[in-house]
Amino acid sequence: MSQTRREMLVDPLVDNNPITLQVLGICSALAVTSSLQVAFVMTLAVTFVTAFASMFISLLRNQIPGSIRIIVQMVIIASLVILVDQILKAYAFQISKTLSVFVGLIITNCIVMGRAEAFAMKNPPVASFIDGIGNGLGYGLILMLVGFFRELFGSGSLFGVTILETVNNGGWYVPNGMLLLPPSAFFIIGLLIWGFRTWKPAQVEDREYKIQTVEAH
Amino acid sequence: MEGLLSLAVKAVFVENLALSFFLGMCTFIAVSKKISTALGLGISVMLVQAITVPTNNLLLTYLLKPGALAWAGFPDVDLTFLGLISYIGVIAAMVQILEMILDKYFPPLYNALGIFLPLITVNCAILGGSLFMVERDYNFAEATTYGLSSGFGWALAITAMAGVREKLKYSDVPDGLQGLGITFITAGLMALAFMSFSGVKL
Repeated sequence: MSQTRREMLVDPLVDNNPITLQVLGICSALAVTSSLQVAFVMTLAVTFVTAFASMFISLLRNQIPGSIRIIVQMVIIASLVILVDQILKAYAFQISKTLSVFVGLIITNCIVMGRAEAFAMKNPPVASFIDGIGNGLGYGLILMLVGFFRELFGSGSLFGVTILETVNNGGWYVPNGMLLLPPSAFFIIGLLIWGFRTWKPAQVEDREYKIQTVEAH
Repeated sequence: MEGLLSLAVKAVFVENLALSFFLGMCTFIAVSKKISTALGLGISVMLVQAITVPTNNLLLTYLLKPGALAWAGFPDVDLTFLGLISYIGVIAAMVQILEMILDKYFPPLYNALGIFLPLITVNCAILGGSLFMVERDYNFAEATTYGLSSGFGWALAITAMAGVREKLKYSDVPDGLQGLGITFITAGLMALAFMSFSGVKL
């Protein structure tokens, strides 16, 4: 195998990030990032499911017939998600309420399916497990970054602890209400992608049409 | 009837699945480069959504809810924890059946939609629709309306997005924003526009 385990773990963080480069798992990335705490729980849940789903699918990869593999993968992923859902309901009921349908939607989170299909079906269990953790963390990194900006500037706190005293509580900071609304997540991810690609120019996509430079007369 | 109508309008505009709940985003971003393909995918999503939400509603009412199995002699059984796995099972099965029916009876439609149908199983808009139906406790009529109109809303959003992107490719976008980045920002602007519907009181 050409990749070392460390590369497998670190690679998805920046160089091959599931959200900014592979365009996977965007739905939940946008919806659950209005506060850091929720984003953190979501990261844990997705990392757990991706890692174990990859491992189990990889263990079974030689037994799964090609024609029904999607259904088999779905069943494995769905069982893991039910497990996460039940645990959250039992120990973190408030957070599970805030996450509402998005815990269930981990099933259709394309990161899980995408890694299962692209990596776990072809690689041994331990490697798949590490790949799952790496991609879960890459997803989490973006989630936490977006959550950081949205919570800090939208409500002046981090993890629920007040950092910038807001005007409503007698402080000085006027919170930017737009950051609490869903569209702001699009802008932040768009700008993050811009940042990432300026840092790593290799990730820049080619233009479909070149703007022709016209010489001045 | 009036209640159903306002539910439909709400599901299409105010609570648009793609733009205010971000469901089905992966396909929304990936398959919105051309209007024709976006429209095809949108129609398939609408079709599947209109079938699966009511089906899952029946499943919930007659099999999974606490006390739902009373007709079979098990009044104390609560199977709601099996919800997720059964909904996704229904969705996968429905997509498969739909694919076979289209293949047999409507070949032109099958050829047009064929490649998108398997994708739809993993589209979170579909599962999301069913989960919202459960969370909001819709009855059968409401579930049918919600399924159809939320699917329509999603189709509307992706077609509009594809329209914007077809024009956008001629624009001079900074290198780092090229492709994915500018698509996100466009989607954000569209979401802002759709938010203006939230003032609509019905």
